[in-house]
Amino acid sequence: MDKGLQSEGNMIDVQQMIENNKKKKTVGERIEKIIPFFLLLCAAVSVLTTLGILFTLLRESIGFFSDVSIVNFYTGTNWSPWSGEYGVAPLIGGTLLVTLIATLVAVPLGLMAAIFLSEYANDKVRRIIKPILEVLAGIPTVVYGYFALTFITPMFQSIIPDLGIFNALSAGVVVGIMIIPMVASLSEDAMNSVPNALREGAYGLGATKLEVVFKVVLPAALSGIVASIVLAISRAIGETMIVTIAAGATPNLTFNPTESIQTMTAFIVQAATGDTTFGSTIYYSLYAVGMTLFVFTLVMNLIAQYISRKFREEY
Amino acid sequence: MSKVMEEKTNVRNEQTKKPEVKSEVKKEKTNSIIEVNDLNLWYGSDQALYEVSMDIPQERVTAIIGPSGCGKSTFLKTLNRMVEMVPIVKTSGSIKYREQDIFSSKFKEEYLRTKVGMVFQKPNPFPKSIYDNVAYGPRIHGVKKKEILDQIVEKSLKGAAIWDELKDRLHENAYGLSGGQQQRVCIARALAVEPDVILMDEPTSALDPISTAKVEELVQELKEKYSIVIVTHNMQQAARISDKTAFFLNGELIE
Repeated sequence: MDKGLQSEGNMIDVQQMIENNKKKKTVGERIEKIIPFFLLLCAAVSVLTTLGILFTLLRESIGFFSDVSIVNFYTGTNWSPWSGEYGVAPLIGGTLLVTLIATLVAVPLGLMAAIFLSEYANDKVRRIIKPILEVLAGIPTVVYGYFALTFITPMFQSIIPDLGIFNALSAGVVVGIMIIPMVASLSEDAMNSVPNALREGAYGLGATKLEVVFKVVLPAALSGIVASIVLAISRAIGETMIVTIAAGATPNLTFNPTESIQTMTAFIVQAATGDTTFGSTIYYSLYAVGMTLFVFTLVMNLIAQYISRKFREEY
Repeated sequence: MSKVMEEKTNVRNEQTKKPEVKSEVKKEKTNSIIEVNDLNLWYGSDQALYEVSMDIPQERVTAIIGPSGCGKSTFLKTLNRMVEMVPIVKTSGSIKYREQDIFSSKFKEEYLRTKVGMVFQKPNPFPKSIYDNVAYGPRIHGVKKKEILDQIVEKSLKGAAIWDELKDRLHENAYGLSGGQQQRVCIARALAVEPDVILMDEPTSALDPISTAKVEELVQELKEKYSIVIVTHNMQQAARISDKTAFFLNGELIE
């Protein structure tokens, strides 16, 4: 009897609380409605920033192209803005040269590392090596730049005596080292997601380990691997600090990696930190170069996205 | 790189020739293609198989039944040493394939698996075309000429009773096939290396009844040329298709 009364009392209390709460609900409801807008705003920040940057780049580039013709800008082969020559080819060439060297270093090393981690290393080894590899990605690029200038360049100089202090080779190699973790880590993920049943199927046919890796796992993971490489290349194109420190500041349309060059990013640093007057043509050329750089990385990222979307459909 | 592969293949081919001569003689003497004696197997410290001894008769269907976790799949995978892919596995006892100890260091496991093929529980075609799936085995063992590959693919798909269904779709991705078709492509893939023994690990458990019937029918046809060991959890299936049935319980062979 007592129990029944108590529980009934409780029930009334709960109902009462709900009633009371209902009156407060007006505030609560308002918050419920405001929260999504707030969250949307947070999401919009990065989108709006991108749009803002894009808008500024476009507007200032158009200003620049009213001074210097766009045809001259993209077809000229001489970049010496301080004497009024604005042919962007040497800067693009410098960027491509460094990117090419970096790719040649990072793709083989990164892929081999990924194959080792995914197919050969046991759990214990993987758990030690993978984080160490990923630490490489956390080293500030300015440290890499210094490393290129004070360690890699002297080392190469002992092999190639007429290598300058500033050269594309050291910068490219170190940019390559910097993007190895990206290639290795993403490729390893792609290879790891290849179902074990496929490996077993190949082993069941008498395949050796090497045959399984190169004829089953790599082809099956190919699009993930390609996407990782494209992303890494995009990162190399945009890399700034290493090339500013180690590659020099000599716009130079050359494919000789032992010479000093200047990349698009390095020029932007040079012009932005130097005594460029606001509103001068050099000042506006920053935006035109930035715009070109942006198009390069955008295209690379779109390619990577396209490939990895295709990849998802495979198995 | 390719040179190394070629050398390897040559070595393998030599190995292939030797036992073939022997086997002709043996066929008369004994009807068993695989003899298992006192096989024990441990995963780390857990023993999964206890003193298993049995003979696998030639050109017959041997069914292995038993409740799940009784070691029947483990036993099957031991027959082509796939079980050793788990690094902590230890074995004792002997398995003889055509009178040769498969655990001896002279006997390469890759070579064993070309003789003792395997079909898995879930169809596991490679994400390649049907043609490339079937040609995979011959290719890694050094067959490069297109005409020969064409013949092997046709013969294997016919062997798996799926040639008529797929002959016009050879270059489509195998992932576009139904589960039953995929499983028969996997059987064709196993046939393409021309093994003596085919191990089947619950090959119909992931299939619908119609596909199951087709695979069972196929097993009956295959035993003309191959010795088949099939693991199944289905008593009726074992009764329908097998000539010999082994019953496993808790890692021991009961019957």
